[in-house]
Amino acid sequence: MLKWLDFPAWLPENASTFGEGVDKLFVLIYWITAVVFIAVMAVLIGFMIKYRFKEGRKADYIEGSTTLEITWTAATTVIVFGLAMLSLPQWNKIKVPSQFPSSPDDVLVRVHAKQFNWDMTYPGPDGKLGTTDDLTLENHLHVPVNKVVHVELTSEDVIHSFFVPQMRLKQDALPGRTINVWFEATKTGKYEIPCAELCGFGHSAMLGYLNVHTDDDYAKWVEEAWQ
Amino acid sequence: MNDHANESHDHHHEESFVSKYIFSLDHKMIGKQFLIYGLIMFMVGGGLALLFRWQLAWPDKPLPMIGVSQEYLDEGEAVSEADRRWERWGEDDEENWFERTMYGGIIGPEFYNALFTMHATIMVFFVVVPLLVGAFGNFLIPLMIGTRDMAFPVLNMLSFWTSVLGAVILMAGFFVPGGHAAAGWTGYAPLSSVPDFTGVIWGQNLWCMALIVMGVSSLMGSINYITTVINMRAPGMTYFRLPLVIWSLFIVAILLLLAFPVVASALALLLFDRMAGTSFFLAEGGGEPLLWQHLFWFFGHPEVYILILPGMGLASEMISVFSRKPIFGYKSMVFAMISIAFLSWVVWGHHMFQSGMNPQLSMAFMTTTMLIAVPSAIKTFNWLGTLFRGSIQFTVPMLHTLAFVSMFVIGGLSGIFMANSPVDIHIHDTYYIVAHIHYVVFGGSVFALFGAVFYWFPKMFGRHMNAALGKIHFWISFIAFNGVFFPMHIIGVAGHRRRIHNPLDTDLAHLQGINEFITMCAFILGAAQIILLVNVFWSMFKGRVAEQNPWHANTLEWHAPTPVPHGNFDQIPRVYHGPYEYSVPGAETDWIPQTQSDGEPSRDEPIAAGATAD
Repeated sequence: MLKWLDFPAWLPENASTFGEGVDKLFVLIYWITAVVFIAVMAVLIGFMIKYRFKEGRKADYIEGSTTLEITWTAATTVIVFGLAMLSLPQWNKIKVPSQFPSSPDDVLVRVHAKQFNWDMTYPGPDGKLGTTDDLTLENHLHVPVNKVVHVELTSEDVIHSFFVPQMRLKQDALPGRTINVWFEATKTGKYEIPCAELCGFGHSAMLGYLNVHTDDDYAKWVEEAWQ
Repeated sequence: MNDHANESHDHHHEESFVSKYIFSLDHKMIGKQFLIYGLIMFMVGGGLALLFRWQLAWPDKPLPMIGVSQEYLDEGEAVSEADRRWERWGEDDEENWFERTMYGGIIGPEFYNALFTMHATIMVFFVVVPLLVGAFGNFLIPLMIGTRDMAFPVLNMLSFWTSVLGAVILMAGFFVPGGHAAAGWTGYAPLSSVPDFTGVIWGQNLWCMALIVMGVSSLMGSINYITTVINMRAPGMTYFRLPLVIWSLFIVAILLLLAFPVVASALALLLFDRMAGTSFFLAEGGGEPLLWQHLFWFFGHPEVYILILPGMGLASEMISVFSRKPIFGYKSMVFAMISIAFLSWVVWGHHMFQSGMNPQLSMAFMTTTMLIAVPSAIKTFNWLGTLFRGSIQFTVPMLHTLAFVSMFVIGGLSGIFMANSPVDIHIHDTYYIVAHIHYVVFGGSVFALFGAVFYWFPKMFGRHMNAALGKIHFWISFIAFNGVFFPMHIIGVAGHRRRIHNPLDTDLAHLQGINEFITMCAFILGAAQIILLVNVFWSMFKGRVAEQNPWHANTLEWHAPTPVPHGNFDQIPRVYHGPYEYSVPGAETDWIPQTQSDGEPSRDEPIAAGATAD
């Protein structure tokens, strides 16, 4: 049962560069809230026992305390502003396009969501999307490990959500718009890409796979794909 | 106060059954009507939840009581047969409703989506608002501010019957071809705006219409509440002598008045998109899918506080009465509620961190959202302060109130995770948010509501509810509630998405044991509510007859006779105190009614009014 209280232990294995920052924030908030919760419950239960009704004892007439009100207002305000400040760099790193890493080695791929599949389009040898050497695979995303992968996210019909739990990445795909996200996998393996936004009766089974290869395996895959 | 002799006996004329019980203009009867209405819809909404919980724990296994089609089960084709039946909806008149929706007891993905959509829609719009705002708003406002009825009794009656119309329209959606709305209670366009994307035609249209009708009902109610609270307070009932529950309902009425037109516009645009070929939410027609989300959540977040603020108000009444102490920091409680109401207009973007909204907006929405922790913390600490050095009576309403406080703390704290946009990337649209909303609305509002039903039942029906049954219902509900919703936090963290038909579609098999545990607790939680229903309906007719002021409370409703006559008070009371003067040093009793003037008994107090009851 104790395991049920240890939220961070339930996080899926992290396999991306920015995932660690997300997990650290999660653990920080977990401990702040855990301490507050335990303190409040201890006080609540303590009061319930100590001040329970007893024959002949009257409650004290206390209307409040301005000092206390100011103290807990100020303390909570400081904590939430601090938390917001700590979180901002993480968010900007993951989601704000102007702060995305960029180098010639980066991998580019377009993910086009539609009821109920992910179409993964690779730019091919020329490195450009929308040319004749593009290759589209259904539901299988192949990327090399330790390389920045840029994803152009689009949708055919309704809103879908590109979710890779192990990359700590989630982004809705909107019809009529291209949204850019990125990740860099730190571990090889095959990870699931479920759809996280209700998209119709096939939503539950809408599932792609992220295949993170070593450099050699990736080169081999590229060779086979464009032979 | 000299002219009351003339008016006090005008209210005893004979009424017909219809004008007394059906098209009643009496705020108390309308409140009771909302109570019964809300309880019935609560059972419907809960029943839907049990159906989809079955599917989540034992995916694609037939429901035990609906009947199994062994033939298809043997061949492993039960699910595809369920799909085929759904598509052929209405072509075969011989089929009954169960054969169409749950063929062989199997819940297919189409029906599953309709189930969770309607569970949430019913619980939010047809249960919690009618019960908290409709039932208690109507019953308590005129009684607690000391007036004879609402400002607009006819509008009040119309408000109730409009909400009945809304419920009828909504329930009709279950029986139209294609089934009910299946785009989630948030109805995200374009899934909701293009019939082809879900296969739902009239279901979604009826859903829009029912919500618009419900909104009209809420508008009528809120105009009434605002007018009544501003204009009809008894002499001496200043704003800062109002009980906190009246403050909460007053604030909620203002929120409803301002929030509803936004969602009504959004729903109208959605209907145009569906029925008139416009494309407000369709990118290829020049529209914008995110527009729906902005409009919906601009309404939706105030709506969340509409669901919790009255719970806070009800809990504040009960915690003060049963601690026999003034509420700690009355004014800071009022200002905390007002600031929650203001903040509720500037936080809607936190529902949309991952939606494709400009990511630069996230800092602003994250900060405003986390700021709500401040007034929430103020309220929590003030409730604790109220218990401090009190004389706590563990009555059934108090048990519910203490459960409210502790569950609200969990719900509030779990909200900080999602307010934090980087962390939200992972837990957005998982069971973590499902756990959070249920801790706030069920653990919070509904537990406060259960307590409030027990607490005000003697004034509503002139009889007490059964305390033993009340305690049994409380403990089973409290334990089963935590069994259902606490584990949802961890499966959410582990990546269990919300709104999925079959967890085994993805790599979540290691969580399936927890899903089964949740479902078993859900069935216990559902069964426990039968105890509540039995207690309510049995006590209405057979409960112990209530005295005028059984809890020795100060507020004006206990000053009115029991059962409360038409017109409420023999004479309009005059108010001399705030509502929470308990255990005042030197006073004879540990409570001083708001009507009691300092030194001498209030002039218009019927002397027997409970002061000497024990």
